[in-house]
Amino acid sequence: MLKFSIAVLALASASSLAAATHDIAPGEGAQERLQEALILAEPGDEIVLAEGRYVLTDGLSLDVDNVTVRGAGMNASVLDFTTQQGAGEGLLVTSDNVTLRDFAVENAKGDGIKSKGADQIVYHALRVEWTNGPDASNGAYGIYPVEASNILVQDSYVRGASDAGIYVGQSEDIIVRRNRVVENVAGIEIENSNRAEVTENLATKNTGGILVFDLPALPKVGGGQVLVARNAVIDNNTDNFAPEGNIVAGVPSGTGVMVMANTGVQVLDNALVNNSTSHVMMVAYTQAFDDERYEPRPVDVVVRGNIYGSGGNAPDFEGGEFLAAAFGGALPPVLTDGLHQNLSVEDAVPVVSLGLSEVGQPFTQAQPQLVQPAADGAIAALPAVVLPAEMEARLK
Amino acid sequence: MKGAGLLALGLSMVAFSGAIGGNAAISQLPTVNDAAVLDGMPRALSEYGFFSDMREQTGSHDVTSYRLNTPLYSDGADKLRFVYTPAGESFTADGEGLLQFPVGSALIKTFAFGAGDERQLIETRVLLHRADGWLALPYRWNEEQTEARLALAGARIPVTRPDGSQISYRIPNKNQCKTCHSKDGEVVPIGPKARNLSADWLAMAEQAGTLASIPQVERRLPLWEQRDEVSLDAAARAYLDVNCAHCHQPGGGASNSGLDLRWEQDDPHAIGIRKPPVAAGRGAGGHAVSILPGQPDASIMVHRMNSIEPGVAMPELGKGTIDPEGLDIVSRWIAEMGQ
Repeated sequence: MLKFSIAVLALASASSLAAATHDIAPGEGAQERLQEALILAEPGDEIVLAEGRYVLTDGLSLDVDNVTVRGAGMNASVLDFTTQQGAGEGLLVTSDNVTLRDFAVENAKGDGIKSKGADQIVYHALRVEWTNGPDASNGAYGIYPVEASNILVQDSYVRGASDAGIYVGQSEDIIVRRNRVVENVAGIEIENSNRAEVTENLATKNTGGILVFDLPALPKVGGGQVLVARNAVIDNNTDNFAPEGNIVAGVPSGTGVMVMANTGVQVLDNALVNNSTSHVMMVAYTQAFDDERYEPRPVDVVVRGNIYGSGGNAPDFEGGEFLAAAFGGALPPVLTDGLHQNLSVEDAVPVVSLGLSEVGQPFTQAQPQLVQPAADGAIAALPAVVLPAEMEARLK
Repeated sequence: MKGAGLLALGLSMVAFSGAIGGNAAISQLPTVNDAAVLDGMPRALSEYGFFSDMREQTGSHDVTSYRLNTPLYSDGADKLRFVYTPAGESFTADGEGLLQFPVGSALIKTFAFGAGDERQLIETRVLLHRADGWLALPYRWNEEQTEARLALAGARIPVTRPDGSQISYRIPNKNQCKTCHSKDGEVVPIGPKARNLSADWLAMAEQAGTLASIPQVERRLPLWEQRDEVSLDAAARAYLDVNCAHCHQPGGGASNSGLDLRWEQDDPHAIGIRKPPVAAGRGAGGHAVSILPGQPDASIMVHRMNSIEPGVAMPELGKGTIDPEGLDIVSRWIAEMGQ
């Protein structure tokens, strides 16, 4: 045992000797100094952002594996993109095994922080914010990992995104936990992805709290095995401020959790309070598509163990008002368009179905009715998402 | 633009005749510093020895100029392009796609505004083919126009264009070079594809012994300055291939969008026809699809080409101004689809 400890110590000190720390301070030339550090960093290095406000005019990018960018806290080290003149995001990461922690990105012109094809990425204790609050001219995504495996997003805060605060797209093996997403169109969105856990987040004052979507005709299609558990999804009644044309522009204000398409989604043990359209909504993709790989319906969905507060009292879709009136002033907390396959609602709450029978059928043909959806047999628990142990070890 | 093209052709003839050998004057051309191409991160452009005359942009021995039929729009800058292959080595064709350059080769591109004595060199970007792959580096010219220095972090500089307009010109940082020049995570050249080079140039390269054999090219990209003499489809698709497809293709920087704007892509949905956006955000501008046939004003593609606002503007990098020519061609192409 003693021998083992010594070996570990030796290893640890060897790696810390090899790694360099690049200290960056705000002020004159911050754009060039920080970008140069991001370029010249070697694998294992850490870039440390001193406390203060970094005024930036162009997007930053990191393309070196195994680098940590660390600030002095999400309110202390602020990358300020208010005067950004170029690039599609504030910070772009395209390398693997990167850790981003303890800093803020404010008012990026496009997305806040995007990582593309960046495997084993950790986003920890970050703040990505558009400081003017909900506004269609804000950037689309706050934290935006796409096309990657092993993604951890935790303890972060995102506000004001005109699409999704935290958006994970076309990826697999994902954990999004303990984040606060406030006043975005979508608080958290998992799209065209597999094996994701969205747990213990606070999603409040968004248009929709947590979305699990699958869209056709993308390089990666067939999302599923998504767990949405132990989240607080409260007061997501902000008017939809997404620019038209985007899929989230169709999300009704007052949406708690929304599942569109996907196979294997489990909505468990969440607190769902005062979402004025619906706490939990299951719908099929509504538009025409030409993609043989694509399943437009939600399949194998479990809703269980959730706590439901008030809600459904002002459904934000055509005819919603009448529908709510027909149910005595508020829609039941769980809603399906009727196109689900193998839906299991195990909570003791009423479930309303719009009674659609064909994918693509317009909502105007809805035949609302109360239903008691049960699966054709027990749907097994989703296997836990297990990220490489070294990802969590980096944060210690 | 046309002038620059003719000049480029002239220079390439000189360079090729040099390679063929025999001319005493030309054989005195300086040679390229192969060590600098193969290793390290030279702080100054002169260290490579790519030019016998830096200011005049005259190539050294084995440095050949070329032009592309349809070029990438770069805020209206003229681009002087050169290829270097080490003495005795040659490059090969890969069908009508990218020429394959041996390790030790370099592609050099200088961005300039104005003509003659007024010509101002802004930056020179080099792509170096090393044993471990291609490396892209940007160099910024000094005021005196005597040297260009490595600008790893890029730069933003005020430029007055020949028409008098003032722009904030962005020299990309090293990572941004890769953002466009990446395919499946590796840095690759973009421009010198056989289909975007003239048959004459390829023939000259073959004659000079620097190109192993001339590839068959079924459909060549049109000369941009002669775009009105070809179909709108050919002109627009050439423009999209050169200006957009480096990101918008499988394995490219914007692969997740599902939009594939390569010249050879013939699936209407893949090139954007009636294709809804994925992650466009406010870049969608209130429009439902990338291309709505017959309605350029309701097409996201046109909306984004017609913007210089970060987060909306496409391309995302290397563009501080709208390209009126490209916008015109693409708009008319979409309008024509409705007929």
